[in-house]
Amino acid sequence: MFWTSYFLAVLAIALAWPVPILLSRAQWPARSPFTAMLLWQAIALAGGLSMIGAMLVYGLEPVGDNLLSGLRALGGMVFHNAPTTELGFWHIFALSAAALLTAHLVFTLLLTYYKIQRQRRRHRELLDLLASPSSDGPGTMVLNVDSPVAYCLPGGARSVTVLSDGLMAALEPDELRAVLIHENAHLSQRHHLLLWAFAAWRQALPWLPTTRLAQESVNSLIEMLADDVALKTESKATLIRAIAIVASGSQATPAVRMAFGEPRLSDVDPSQPGATGGSGSAGTTASRVSRLLSPQPPLSEPLRAAVLACCVLLLAVPTALLLVPGLLG
Amino acid sequence: MASLGELERAVMDLLWAGQEAATANTLRDLLAQSTQPQDGSAGHVGKDLAVTTVLTVLSRLERKGLVERERGTRPHRYQAVSSRADHTAELMHEVLGSAPDREAVLARFIGSVTDNEAETLRKLLGRS
Repeated sequence: MFWTSYFLAVLAIALAWPVPILLSRAQWPARSPFTAMLLWQAIALAGGLSMIGAMLVYGLEPVGDNLLSGLRALGGMVFHNAPTTELGFWHIFALSAAALLTAHLVFTLLLTYYKIQRQRRRHRELLDLLASPSSDGPGTMVLNVDSPVAYCLPGGARSVTVLSDGLMAALEPDELRAVLIHENAHLSQRHHLLLWAFAAWRQALPWLPTTRLAQESVNSLIEMLADDVALKTESKATLIRAIAIVASGSQATPAVRMAFGEPRLSDVDPSQPGATGGSGSAGTTASRVSRLLSPQPPLSEPLRAAVLACCVLLLAVPTALLLVPGLLG
Repeated sequence: MASLGELERAVMDLLWAGQEAATANTLRDLLAQSTQPQDGSAGHVGKDLAVTTVLTVLSRLERKGLVERERGTRPHRYQAVSSRADHTAELMHEVLGSAPDREAVLARFIGSVTDNEAETLRKLLGRS
């Protein structure tokens, strides 16, 4: 029981600090974004589980041989006024911290969900009034804006992909198709659920480096996943051109197109209007393009299997440590 | 019969186009005359339109914070809270902004691009 709590604490610290830093610096996630995405989810879940588990196990140590009997004893104290003399100050402290952390995580998850839903509903209401339906399909709308912008707004059956007039004017039909496939991949692969979970996690524990690194990595991994879907039907050059043109924002698009056609980059104005300085996705666009320009083979089968095994172990070991002694005893 | 959504859109278009506040009656008349069938099916927004329907639409828009009502006069006169351009700007602010939870609300094809990144991008493109 005691060693379990130490082990879980060490695991929690490892998952909160060195592991995410190493993973965020690694090069291989760009080669197998899906596998990397699974690993990030396993790290997040196992991190939370071991953090809460370590405190619970430590706090319950005096009253039970394992987690389940400990929880039963604790239930007796809370609900039936059983004597609490066995618990010292630090045990009660750890138990309270575990309860508070659990409540905090769940509450933040729900609050973030509510806020996101509210913003999406409001955005959708305005879109219904301002944007016009596109000929590209029922889930596509066109907004009268000059700068090239494309995004998708998830909302179940009412999910919509929005394109600006500027984008339609700047892109050739095949480039436009690449953008649409990319955005629809976000919707069909339910990326918004991942974004929600990791946004909530960061909101709940903003001081933990993991949460920021995880959110940034997940943001860029989903872009790579959506790019891969677009590459199934559109050529690499098309996708790169679309990314470059949209990324250069309201900048004179003919210049970019020319610069791309023949590498006379000195012509391009160095002041970059697309640079709005947002933090979350910084670096994503460049890494997406470099990944497309110099493609690396995906991770080999055995390596991918090894990473998946890590994911399973990350989740299984803390769960087993917490539950198995109780179920056996 | 047009859906409430189409009517909301038509009413907002009128309020955005008009200079001054309008009553539900005025709006009904404008809707009836302005919307001839365009492509056969969805066009006749204003046909057989009751003033109560317009009032329903207006109160829905008011609840959404898009329309406000002058309380002094009877019948009430309605006007748009802000212009079409302002609302478009509001949308774009949400799309392009860098609020921490914005990324979870919607997914952009290209996120914000930093100066460094733009430089890298140009170098990368130069090489290809």
